[in-house]
Amino acid sequence: MASKNKRLDIVDVDRCVGCLSCMFACARRFGEGGYDRSAIAIRSAAGVERGFVVIVCRACKDPPCAKVCPVGALSLRKGGGVYLNPAKCIGCGFCREACPIGAVMWDDELNKPIICTQCGYCVNYCPHGVIELVEVE
Amino acid sequence: MHPKDTLSNVLYIDLTRKTYWVENRKDLFEEYIGGAGVAINLLREECPRGTDPLGPDNPIVFAVGPFTGLYPIASKTVAMFKSPLTGNLGESHAGGRSAIAIRMAGYGAIVIKGASEKPVYIAIHGDKIFFRDASALWGIKSSLTVGRIIRERELGAGIRTIMRIGRAGEKLVRYACVVTETYRHFGRLGLGAVFGSKKLKALVVSGRRTIPVSDKKGYREVYKELFDAMVKSPAMRKYHDLGTAANVLPLNELGALPVKNLQASKFEKAKEISGENLAEKYLGRRLACAHCPVACIHLAALREPYEDEPYFYKTTFISYDYELIYSLGSMLGVENAEDLLKILDEVEVLGLDGISSGVALAWATEAFERGLIGEEETLGLKLRWGNVETYIKALRYIVAQPNEFYRVLARGVDYASRIYGGEEFALAFGGNEMAGYHTGPTGYFGFLAGSRHSHLDMGGYSIDQKVLGKEFTIEELVDRALKEEEWRQILSSLVVCFFARGIYKPEMVAKAFKPLGWKLNVKDLEEKGKIIHRLKYEFKYREGFSLDKLKIPKRIFEVPTPHGILKEETIKEMIEIFKKKLST
Repeated sequence: MASKNKRLDIVDVDRCVGCLSCMFACARRFGEGGYDRSAIAIRSAAGVERGFVVIVCRACKDPPCAKVCPVGALSLRKGGGVYLNPAKCIGCGFCREACPIGAVMWDDELNKPIICTQCGYCVNYCPHGVIELVEVE
Repeated sequence: MHPKDTLSNVLYIDLTRKTYWVENRKDLFEEYIGGAGVAINLLREECPRGTDPLGPDNPIVFAVGPFTGLYPIASKTVAMFKSPLTGNLGESHAGGRSAIAIRMAGYGAIVIKGASEKPVYIAIHGDKIFFRDASALWGIKSSLTVGRIIRERELGAGIRTIMRIGRAGEKLVRYACVVTETYRHFGRLGLGAVFGSKKLKALVVSGRRTIPVSDKKGYREVYKELFDAMVKSPAMRKYHDLGTAANVLPLNELGALPVKNLQASKFEKAKEISGENLAEKYLGRRLACAHCPVACIHLAALREPYEDEPYFYKTTFISYDYELIYSLGSMLGVENAEDLLKILDEVEVLGLDGISSGVALAWATEAFERGLIGEEETLGLKLRWGNVETYIKALRYIVAQPNEFYRVLARGVDYASRIYGGEEFALAFGGNEMAGYHTGPTGYFGFLAGSRHSHLDMGGYSIDQKVLGKEFTIEELVDRALKEEEWRQILSSLVVCFFARGIYKPEMVAKAFKPLGWKLNVKDLEEKGKIIHRLKYEFKYREGFSLDKLKIPKRIFEVPTPHGILKEETIKEMIEIFKKKLST
């Protein structure tokens, strides 16, 4: 299902009920529970009665995170966004600061960014139609 | 248990000395799983015999379980304490983000002991624990405001729980609740008053964590099976579409919906306060507890005009559930949805348990009608069925307690009726105000014999409905109810929401344990369920509970149930059978 020409899209954030199933799904790709290494995050928009905010990489065509990486650890992905080469990454955190939507998460244990690969595993676990995997033009 | 799982870490907090420590209680978690199983053991260890529920020696125990953070709808936290309402076992469950937050902070249980001299709130961010001054938060009018303030000051947006009390807890109303994530509650049995007695205004918990499993592939497979079952099951669909409010019309149709202090069991205005009407006219948003795809939490958006300015409105979000529609709706003769929502909102603002509050007002209204109390007691309030404006004032008085009558009413209807009379229509069982099910003998048997006198102990109301029109013996009903309560000890040790009990069947639970590295089969689970149930009963006996001293309000024998008019002898016979079964 994961294709290089697809990316995650937030189709309707108002359908989000805040169940966090997507966050747990992301962690489960690695066969783990919890959500410490999740590349997607949900939080309330100033109180749950106002709804939720979904924070995830939107697969920019010209991603600011890659531009500021001093060691070239982030390479451009065909459908937008970046791939991380952990061997090159020195954990400086510039990428996290450069992302204006806060979608570069951080792995405190490894001291490296957590980058969404647009695999769409989370989409299977969103029962309310908030996120989708879409073709990139 | 996986050797690297932090579930067995118990965080102990001493509010008197403002100190904390962590102990690894693998002994308890391996033997009693988590949640209720571990909590009853911690309560036995920490709560001395005969403890004053509002004294510093009464501990508060929060516990989650091995499925928390790993499987969907394992979204509940169990709180245990000695109840200031019943003077016996206090156990209350809540969802929101509470369970996930405790697990992600690295604990399986939290024990809060002692009492602070000055108001404080506790912030737990992973392994860092802070005692924060809450003097400025004490006395704030609305529990919602307290949440907003703490939200701005603390870390962990999106992944934290903010448990707090309202003024009801501060003023030690024996049925004050603890509110979490604004719309979920440790509602029953007065945990809010225990917080208040410790000068503990709130508890914030957050953390991030990875939980290791033993068989990654197996884990993913079981997860998917559970998730798919949940999303597709019709029961879950019902809770998503209308929420628990879906039960109003069917129960009314059956003649099981208590009306006006159970003077009737059918309400002519049921349609007005039904889940259908609320959803069509007011539903503003649905929410889920963390790690639950179902999203049963329903918020009504109530738009009200200000009277002093044209075209000026406020919109309030108010959560509603079946139990509150019963207790603060039909039980009080409230005839329209807007009035119902207004009183629900007030209960939320004050931080009261909705069920007990409604039953207390219902008793007071009938006592007022019968002249057992008068305006001298009510401070001029003319309590009348359906008069929400007056009821809201009465609720504020219950919290402020400006005279003897309201001080007494703040201790529950069992106590109030001993003082003012009307015990025959004071609808409490084991000291706990009843939930909204006039379904038949098993429902009431469950209220009386359930370990926390809650409808959720044995689900007797559901058994009553299932056996309608079928042949059964009294003994079969008791058997089913006891077996149900024993199995529910396992569900509340994992801790999964009872709504998913149809999915988390014994075989499924055993299967789900496997990839996590636990070796438990169906038989082990059923045995443990029985053991945990008996431990709870042991605690009850230790604190003076007796099946021989049960008080049954006569009212329940006067109004027809779906099983006809109940006989007192039937209920007593059930208790006798139950006693024998407990001792075997």
